[in-house]
Amino acid sequence: MAQTLQDRLNINSQLEHLQSKYVGTGHADTTRFEWNLNIKRDTYASLVGHHSLATYHAIAENESIGRVKYNFVQNMLFPCGLPPERDDD
Amino acid sequence: MTNEEPVPLHGKAVFDADLYGGAEGGNGYTASIAMEEEDEQDDRERLVAGKLASYTAPKSVLNDIPVSDDGDQAGSFGGSNRIVDRESEYSRRRLNRIISPDRNDAFNMGDQTPDARVRTYADVMREAQLAREQDNTLRNIELKRRAEEDAAALAALDAVPTKASGLAPPVAASAATAPASSAGKRSRWDAGDAAARPAASKWDAVEATPSAPADAWGATPAPGASKWDAGEATPGAGARRNRWDATPADEAAGGKRSRWDATPAALYHALKVERETEARNRPLSDADLDALLPGAGDGYRVLEAPPGYEPIRTPARKLAATPTPYGGTPLYGIPEEDRGQAFDVPIALEGLPDLKPEDQQYFGKLLQEVDDGELSVEEAKERRIMKLLLKVKNGTPPQRKSALRALTDKARDFGAGALFNQILPLLMSPTLEDQERHLLVKVIDRVLFKLDDLVRPFVHKILVVIEPLLIDEDYYARVEGREIIANLAKAAGLASMIAAMRPDIDNVDEYVRNTTARAFSVVASALGIPTLLPFLKAVCQSKKSWQARHTGIKIVQQISILMGCAVLPHLRALVDIVKGGLADENQKVKTITALTVSALAEAAAPYGIESFDDVLEPLWKGIRLLRGKVLAAYLKAIGFIIPLMDAMYANYYTREVMVVLLREFATPDEEMKKIVLRVVKQCVATEGVEPDYIRTEVLPEFFKHFWVRRMALDRRNYRVLVETTVAIAERVGCAEIVGRVVEDLKDESEPYRKMVMETVDKVIASLGTADIGAALEEQLFDGVLYAFQEQVADESPVVLNGFGTVVNALGTRAKPYLPQIAGVIKWRLNNKSAKIRQQAADLIARCAPVMKRCDQEGLLAHLGVVLYENLGEEYPDVLGSVLGALKAIVNVIGMTRMTPPIKDLLPRLTPILKNRHEKVQENCIDLVGRIADRGAEFVPAREWMRICFELLDMLRAFKKAIRRAAVNTFGYIAKAIGPQDVLVTLLNNLKVQERQSRVCTTVAIAIVAETCAPFTVLPALMNEYRVPELNVQNGVLKSLSFLFEYIGEMGKDYIYAVTPLLEDALTDRDLVHRQTAAFVIQHMSLGVTGLGCEDALLHLLNLVWPNVFETSPHIVQAVTGAIDGCRCALGPATILNFLLQGLFHPARKVREVYWRHYNNLYIGSQDALTAFYPRMEDEGINTYARAELDVFI
Repeated sequence: MAQTLQDRLNINSQLEHLQSKYVGTGHADTTRFEWNLNIKRDTYASLVGHHSLATYHAIAENESIGRVKYNFVQNMLFPCGLPPERDDD
Repeated sequence: MTNEEPVPLHGKAVFDADLYGGAEGGNGYTASIAMEEEDEQDDRERLVAGKLASYTAPKSVLNDIPVSDDGDQAGSFGGSNRIVDRESEYSRRRLNRIISPDRNDAFNMGDQTPDARVRTYADVMREAQLAREQDNTLRNIELKRRAEEDAAALAALDAVPTKASGLAPPVAASAATAPASSAGKRSRWDAGDAAARPAASKWDAVEATPSAPADAWGATPAPGASKWDAGEATPGAGARRNRWDATPADEAAGGKRSRWDATPAALYHALKVERETEARNRPLSDADLDALLPGAGDGYRVLEAPPGYEPIRTPARKLAATPTPYGGTPLYGIPEEDRGQAFDVPIALEGLPDLKPEDQQYFGKLLQEVDDGELSVEEAKERRIMKLLLKVKNGTPPQRKSALRALTDKARDFGAGALFNQILPLLMSPTLEDQERHLLVKVIDRVLFKLDDLVRPFVHKILVVIEPLLIDEDYYARVEGREIIANLAKAAGLASMIAAMRPDIDNVDEYVRNTTARAFSVVASALGIPTLLPFLKAVCQSKKSWQARHTGIKIVQQISILMGCAVLPHLRALVDIVKGGLADENQKVKTITALTVSALAEAAAPYGIESFDDVLEPLWKGIRLLRGKVLAAYLKAIGFIIPLMDAMYANYYTREVMVVLLREFATPDEEMKKIVLRVVKQCVATEGVEPDYIRTEVLPEFFKHFWVRRMALDRRNYRVLVETTVAIAERVGCAEIVGRVVEDLKDESEPYRKMVMETVDKVIASLGTADIGAALEEQLFDGVLYAFQEQVADESPVVLNGFGTVVNALGTRAKPYLPQIAGVIKWRLNNKSAKIRQQAADLIARCAPVMKRCDQEGLLAHLGVVLYENLGEEYPDVLGSVLGALKAIVNVIGMTRMTPPIKDLLPRLTPILKNRHEKVQENCIDLVGRIADRGAEFVPAREWMRICFELLDMLRAFKKAIRRAAVNTFGYIAKAIGPQDVLVTLLNNLKVQERQSRVCTTVAIAIVAETCAPFTVLPALMNEYRVPELNVQNGVLKSLSFLFEYIGEMGKDYIYAVTPLLEDALTDRDLVHRQTAAFVIQHMSLGVTGLGCEDALLHLLNLVWPNVFETSPHIVQAVTGAIDGCRCALGPATILNFLLQGLFHPARKVREVYWRHYNNLYIGSQDALTAFYPRMEDEGINTYARAELDVFI
C-alpha cells in the first residue's frame, strides 16, 4: 500500500474501513473474476428482489415465478464457474 | 480499613470495608451500597463550576498561556496530574499488587503435561490457599496474644486492685518488648561469626524480605517470634505482598521457577534489593571490627565469649530481630548511578521525545549507545518496543499516532510477552499521569485486538493492571477499564478468564476481591450472563472460605448494577445463586447478599417479583431478628422488593416493615437513617399503600425525627430527605406536607431553610397549589419572602427557584402579593451588595410571566424603567441578570407597550455589546436579537447598522451560543433594514485575518441570503469574488456553500447563475478554491436532486473529476462529497461511466482512488448499478456474460 502517512491517518482511512465492511466492495487488487462475481450476484439478487423482474423472466422462460427465483438463487453459488488458478507471484 | 485487622469488640467503631468501602474512610457508603450515587455530581461543585465558567480573562492573557495540544489544561496550572496524588488510600492499594509471572495456557496444550517451570493454575491456587492460611494463622496469633495480654492485665489488676489500672499495661508492654530487643541484640552479634556460614547468610538474604504486612514491622514483635515460625511453615507467601518481595517470595514458594520469569521491573527491583541487602548485611569480619573499634593499643581488649554461650543459629530466630530497613522508602528508588550521564542536561534522544526523570527506570536502556549490529534479535525487538512506547507516552500527537499504529501492526511479530513485559510495569509506575495511563491503556486495547488468543498467559497480569481502573473516581477511566476487560474476555475466552481470576476471588486482600468482583461482572456482560452462571453457583456455595462466597455474591451484585434490566432473563437463576447467603453464618456474607438482592430488585423493577419468592421469607425473619449493619442491608433489600409487588401484597408488607422502620427512625446511625429514608420512599410510592395510613402512622414520627436542622448539614442526608418527603407528598397531597414545613421557612438556620425551600419547590412543582387554602397560602408566601430576604451571600439558586415555582404555581392568586414583591425587588435592586442586586434581577425574570397574568402591566412597566436605570451596573454578573430581566419583561408585554420605549432602550444596549463578559454578551445579544426580530421598526436603520458593527466582534466569542445568536441577529436585522447595508458590512469583514471571524461571517451572509431571498445577495456576493484576494474569494465560495445548504430546493433557480464562478474556482491553482467549490457542488447537487439541472451539474462534475487524485484529506473529503452528491442528482450510471476508465488501470495509484470512489458508489446504489455494468465476455471456464439481461418478450 503506497499511501503517505498523512492520509493513512485521516478520516478517509475510516471511510475505507467502513467500505471494507460491505460485501461486494473492491480494492486496487480486485481481479476481473472477483469483480464479475460480485456483479453477477448483485444482478441475480436484484432479479430476485424485484418481483416484477422475476415475473418478467417467468413469462419469458415459461416457468413458475418460484422456480425462476429459485434458479436465480442457485446461480448465485457459482455464477462465473470456478475461480481461475492463481498464479503465485 | 484493611482486612487483617480484627474488628474490635469495644471502643471506636470500625466500619466494614466491604459495606462502607474503604475509599471514603467509612464516612459514607461507596458504590457497593449506594450504587445509584456512583455518578452523582455535587450540586454545589457544579454550580461553582458553572459560575467559574462565566469568568474569563482578557484574550491577551489567555493567548499567552501555553496550552498542550490535547486541550488538557489541568497540568498547565501547576496542579499535579499524577494519579497517585489524587487517589484515596484504598485505591492506592493497587500498588501493593504484583504483576504475577506468566501463566500456563492450558487451553493450547492438548494433552501435554505443562512444563514444570511455568506457573499453572494449580500453583496459583496453592499459593492463594497458603496466603489465606497464613493470614488466618497471623490473625489467630494476634487474637491469642491480645487475649493473653488482656488476661495478664486482668491478673495484674487482681493483684493490685487500686491504682494499678494505669500502671499495668505499660508493664505488660515492656515485658513484651524486652525479649524482643534482647533478641535483636543477640542476632546483631551473631553476624560476627556468621561469616563462617555463608550458606546461612545466603538464606537470610532471601528470607529477610518482608513477607508480612508492612505495618507488622511497626508493631512490637511478639515474644518467642512464633510469628516467624508460622512464616516459615508457609514460606514466602506474603499476606499482603508488596512489590518489593515479588521475586524472592515466588522463588521460595515454588522453588522450581527461576527468578528470571519475573517481569523486568520486578526483576530490577529484586536485584537491587538483593544487592543492597547483601552490602548492608554483609557479616563483619574480624578485620572489619578491628578497624572500627578501638583496639588494645588504646587500652581496650577483646573479650572472649562467656563459657556457656551458644549463639542461636536458627534463621527463624534471627528474623525476629528488628530488621534493617533496606531498599529505602517504598515507592522511591535511588536512581542508578551512571557515569556516562551528563548532569543537568535534559536528556534528548534523537527522534525520540524527552525522557522524564522517572522514565529513566523504564527507558534507561535507550540512553546507552549500542551498535545495532551487535544486538540479538530479542534485544533489538525490545529496544524497538521501548522506543515506540516512549513515543506513545511522551511524544507529540503525530509521533504518538504513528507509534501506536506501528505497535498495533507489529503486535503479532513482537509477541505478547515482549509487549506486555514492557507495557504493564509502566502502568504500575507510581508516577503515572492520567493522560499517560489513558494512552498506555489504549495501546493495550489495540494490541489485545491483534494478539487475540496469544494473550492468554498474560490475562492475570493485564487484569492486575487494569482492574484498578474499575474503581477509579474518573468516569472515563472506569469506562475504559470496562472496555479493556471486555475485550480481554473476548480475546482470551471465558475459561482463561476464570482460570486467571479464580484465585483472586478468595484473596486475603479485600481490595483484590473487590476489584476482581467488578472485573467478573464486566466479563459477564461481555460474554453473557448464562455462560458464567455455573461458575458463580459453585463459587457462592464454596465451603472453603467465606471470602469466596462473599466475592461470588458480590459479582452478582456488580452484574446487576452494570447491566440493569438486562438481568431480567436470568433473574431467577441469579437469585437462586445468592439466596444461600442469607443463611450464611458470616455477617459480611449476609450483608452483601441482602445488598445484592436489593441491587437485583432495583435492576429488575418493576418486573420479576416471582423470582424473589425464595428470599422474601429469610429477609422477613431477618428484619425482625437482626440489628445494626445487617439490618440496614436487609431493610434495603425489602425496600427494593416491595415496589415490585402488586398492590395488595405491597400494602401488607409495607405495614409490616413499617413497624421496624418506625423503630429505626430514632437511630443515631447516619447510614441507617439514609437507608430508612430510602425504604420509606420506596414503600410510600407503592400503589397499595393508603394515604390515610401514611398520614396517621408515618407522618408524625417522620417529621419528628427527620425534619430537624441537623439533617440539612450533610448533603446526602439532605437529598434523601427531600426526595422522600416529595415521594410522601405525592401520596398524601401537597397541603399536608407544605402545611407541616411552612413554618420552618422562617427558621433561623439557613441550610435548613434551604432544605425546606427545596422541598416546597419540588412538591409544588409536581402537585400544584390547588389544595392550598387561603391561610396556608398566606403563610407560604410570608415564609418564601422571608427566606428570600434573609438569604445571605449564597451561590445556590435554591431559594430563587423555590420563589419562582411558588409564584408561578399560584398564578392569579399571587396578585395580592405582587406589589409587596415588587417593593422588595426595588429595594434590593439598590442594595450595595452585588449578590443581592443580582438575585433581585433574577427574581424579576422569574416573576414577569405571573405579573402579566395578574394584569400588573403597570408594575412590569415600572420595573422595566427601574432596570433601565440600572443598565449602568458595573458588576458583569449583575448586569447580565438585569439584561435577562429586561428580556423577560419585553417578552411578556411586547415591543409596543414596553417602557422605556424600544427606541430609547436599544441605543443603551449598543455600548453594552462591547462588554467582554460572557453572561452579559449572551443576555444582551438575546435581547437585541429579540428586538430586531419583533420590533425592528422602532429603531432607526442607522442604529441597526451600528449594532451590525458591534456584532462582528461577537463572531469571535468563545461561546458557541453567542456566535449563533449573533449570526441569527444578522438575519433579523437584514430582514428589517434590507440586506444591502448589512451585506456590505459583512463582505468587508471577509478581508479580516482571523479565521473564526471569517467563517462566522460567511455563515451570516448565507443566513442573510436565506432570510432575504438569494437574489438580493448573490449579485453582490459574486461581484466580491472578483477581488483578487485569497481570503475574500474563499469566503465567497464558503458563503455559497452554506447558502446552497440552507436554501435546498430553491437552489435550482441559481445554479446557472453561479456556474461560471464555480468553473473559475474549480480551475484555480489554489487547492482551497477547488476544495470549497467542491463543497458548493455537493450541497447544490443534493438540493436540486430530481429537479432537472443535470446539464449544469454534469458540466461541473467534469471539472470536479480531475481533483480525485488530490491527496490532502480535506480536498479528498470535498471531492468525495461532491461526487456522492452528483450520484444522487445524476444517477449512478453517470458516475460508473467515469469510474470504469480507471478500475483496472495499470497504475496502482489510479486504481486505489478509483476503487475508493467505486465502493462509495456501490454502497450507495448497489441495486441500481446492476443495469449499468458493461457487457462482459466469457473467459475460459468462467462465464461473465449476463444472459439474463438479454431476455425479452
